[in-house]
Amino acid sequence: MKMSRILGKIYVGLILIFLYAPILVLIVLSFNSSRSRVVWGGFTLKWYGSLLKSTTIMNALWTTFLLAVLSALISTVLGLFGALGIYSMKKRSYRIMLFGTKIPMLNADIVTGIALMLWFVRFLPLGFGSILLAHVTFNIPYVILCILPKLRTMDIYQYEAALDLGAGSPYAFFHILIPQILPGILSGFLMAVTLSMDDFVITYFTKGAGINTLSTLIYGEIRKGIKPEMYALSTVLFFIVLVLLILVNLPYDRFFMTAGTGSVREVEHEK
Amino acid sequence: MNRSRTRFLATPYIIWVIGFTVIPLMFIVSKSLTDENGSLTLANLLAIFDPLHRKALVISVLLAFLSTVICILIAYPLAIILRGSRLTDKNLILFILILPMWMNFILRILALQLLISNNGIINNMLGHFGLPPLAIINTPAAIVLGMVYDYLPYMILPVLNSVLAIPQDVIEAAQDLGSDKKHVITRIIIPLSLGGVGSGITMVFVPSMTEFVIANILGGGKIQLLGNIIEQEFTVTRNWNLGSGLSVTLMAFVLITSLIFGRGTEDTATGITL
Amino acid sequence: MAKELIRFENISKSFDGTEVLKDLTLSIHENEFVTLLGPSGCGKTTTLRILGGFETPDKGRVMFDGGDITNIPPNKRPLNTVFQKYALFTHMNVADNIAFGLKIKGKDKDHIREKIAYSLKLVGLEGFENRYPSSLSGGQQQRIAIARAIVNEPQVLLLDEPLGALDLKLRQGMQYELIRLKEELGITFVYVTHDQEEALTMSDTVVVMNQGLIQQIGTPEDIYNEPQNAFVADFIGESNLIDGIMIHDCLVNIGGLDLPCVDTGFGNNNPVDVVIRPEDVELDADGNGPIKGTVISIVFKGVHWEMHVESSIGITFLVQTTEHFPVGSVVGINVDPYNIQIMHKPSSEDAQVFDQLETIPGEDL
Repeated sequence: MKMSRILGKIYVGLILIFLYAPILVLIVLSFNSSRSRVVWGGFTLKWYGSLLKSTTIMNALWTTFLLAVLSALISTVLGLFGALGIYSMKKRSYRIMLFGTKIPMLNADIVTGIALMLWFVRFLPLGFGSILLAHVTFNIPYVILCILPKLRTMDIYQYEAALDLGAGSPYAFFHILIPQILPGILSGFLMAVTLSMDDFVITYFTKGAGINTLSTLIYGEIRKGIKPEMYALSTVLFFIVLVLLILVNLPYDRFFMTAGTGSVREVEHEK
Repeated sequence: MNRSRTRFLATPYIIWVIGFTVIPLMFIVSKSLTDENGSLTLANLLAIFDPLHRKALVISVLLAFLSTVICILIAYPLAIILRGSRLTDKNLILFILILPMWMNFILRILALQLLISNNGIINNMLGHFGLPPLAIINTPAAIVLGMVYDYLPYMILPVLNSVLAIPQDVIEAAQDLGSDKKHVITRIIIPLSLGGVGSGITMVFVPSMTEFVIANILGGGKIQLLGNIIEQEFTVTRNWNLGSGLSVTLMAFVLITSLIFGRGTEDTATGITL
Repeated sequence: MAKELIRFENISKSFDGTEVLKDLTLSIHENEFVTLLGPSGCGKTTTLRILGGFETPDKGRVMFDGGDITNIPPNKRPLNTVFQKYALFTHMNVADNIAFGLKIKGKDKDHIREKIAYSLKLVGLEGFENRYPSSLSGGQQQRIAIARAIVNEPQVLLLDEPLGALDLKLRQGMQYELIRLKEELGITFVYVTHDQEEALTMSDTVVVMNQGLIQQIGTPEDIYNEPQNAFVADFIGESNLIDGIMIHDCLVNIGGLDLPCVDTGFGNNNPVDVVIRPEDVELDADGNGPIKGTVISIVFKGVHWEMHVESSIGITFLVQTTEHFPVGSVVGINVDPYNIQIMHKPSSEDAQVFDQLETIPGEDL
């Protein structure tokens, strides 16, 4: 019994090492004063300094960030209304819409990217606009699939109760329905931001010349060798994400604990 | 809620699906059915039987299959261990497993390359202890390692979700009826979590099979997957019709895989952002 | 009788091709406690939702206080609903839940605070203003749902199986509270339930429904003592349903035996349904009575014993008495003529309905 527990812990530990070792390498390299990627040449912060001066990296960072936020916003709005519409459909059209929604999720990124590129070159110069359209396209399905389950499990009688108590439909929609599915909307939005920031393949095919996101910039640098500033940037981003996720996750529970009377069960219920 | 009116809220989305999913797919299919001059041909679709392409397809399927099997073999024990452990905070586990995915994926693969290359970090360490060096960089094994590394979370999440979702009383009932640990795993836990494995397979196999970045970095350009060939048709050779033909073939394989192993990416979609 | 407040006129409603209400006509009077009673899928909830404004009938109209309200949206109707699972707004505290309707009407703050306190007092939950619904028990949530509805001073309160999710003890307590509330408020209650005991306890008028049709309308006493057809007899309480032949007025033949009764107007030598309530079957330990029988099973039910008695006329009676008869006892069976209820045989459609009663589907419409 005890032996199996220890073995279990070792197993979990090995998997975590496997997942985190490359990340550790990147973090260590960002502090390595030697340009060598294998030899440790002493601790330095100089890459963090020169990072700020690198316009190529800063431009790519800004493009990546702008794309992520814009595509997430557009896909959340379109996806919210899409999900509401699909939710109200009858079984047959519901199924058809769900299938259509899943196509970009199921299809290979390379095919989606190429198909969009072939279509875009007909009417649109490849650039920021085409990447944005592409990102919204692959974001929406995830937004819809985050919101739809919340709609299906929400208590539609609360909406009816609001009407019953004299609220008009818009009032009931914003004050009763939206708060109920808000967690789904937020996770859809966050999901869209993440997917957009992480995408390489679809951006690669739809971007055209002269514009880079972080992913395509890194890919282009592989042959010449990655600049150490890139390690510094990814380390910074990693810790920003880490802190954000901790902030988003922890006080959320506490907020609901104090908002109610503080039973743990209630927190689970709210989620 | 007046459902007949609410239905129309989906109109902008439907237009979007048609404009940016359906039409582009029709485009790539029509490109694949024509030659440079625009006349109809099946050559681009049949090009998959060309020895070079056939070899790439076989290797792609083989490596993707291997990666998927290895992911399942890693994910199941992990899910069962976590279920049995006293660590009940599921969100924390998910958090730790997903966090690496926020580091840029190409950078992570590059870091993996630094670890396993011939004069890389691991071989340096092995040398210190007088052990023989590891020579897997630029081999298919390195590509499989990269795929497993990159896609393992996509297998762990659905498998873990479905293993954790099995009610404790079902397992207790099996024990009550005389099941031992092994029997519980093979007869209760695995059959009840197959749905999760199905979506895990789709989420690992499809991207592995269509991959070209990992093969470029860890395979040193020596091993050509179908993804690499398609990429080159668009960026180097510039034969868009042939590239489209190969893409459509690839898409057919992807769709068949998804049809066989379940459609579900729904359960994991909500898991990823915690 | 008080004046008529609500009238359903020839209402029909179908969902996905299934007709759940068939030409329903029903009047509800001012200050009346009306219960729509029936099994799942009988159309009772649909009737309530049409009154609340959440469904539009396919045919017919709903009149309220002389005006047609069929197409008036729910937020413009002078009535409020207590929903089956309460439908409290989970992201608002109790005070905000109760204040919801008043705020929309633009009442001032002091008025709202007063009303909240008053309604909470009415349902016995003073001081609960800042609690959240999820921290309340089922019974408390239920009271808040009632408070939230009545604070708007509706002319009619609609209640959709409001006690369905509560346990037995709580349910019985709430029944008395609802009666008290109705008396204090002096408004009309329209109540939907599948629980016949609830219906009999609280209502002024019970409307028994099945398969989209009204089976019987009457006071609880009428419904229990004078069921108009086999469905009502079987649905309300337990009963012995026996095939009989009406020889002539005040004489019915069951199992070859003529028994005196008090019903008239069924013609001569017509087949009829005969209902005898289990508590109305009297057993005689010495074997005296027009029918002889043998006790074949006996079960203790708390207030009484319940037994099956096989009789000499080929009918097995369900009997409830406070006396104990061991299995195998030979007894005499007596029934007072007043306790023999004669009903017309159902038409073919009703017979079908009756068959389906055995398997009650889960989801209500």
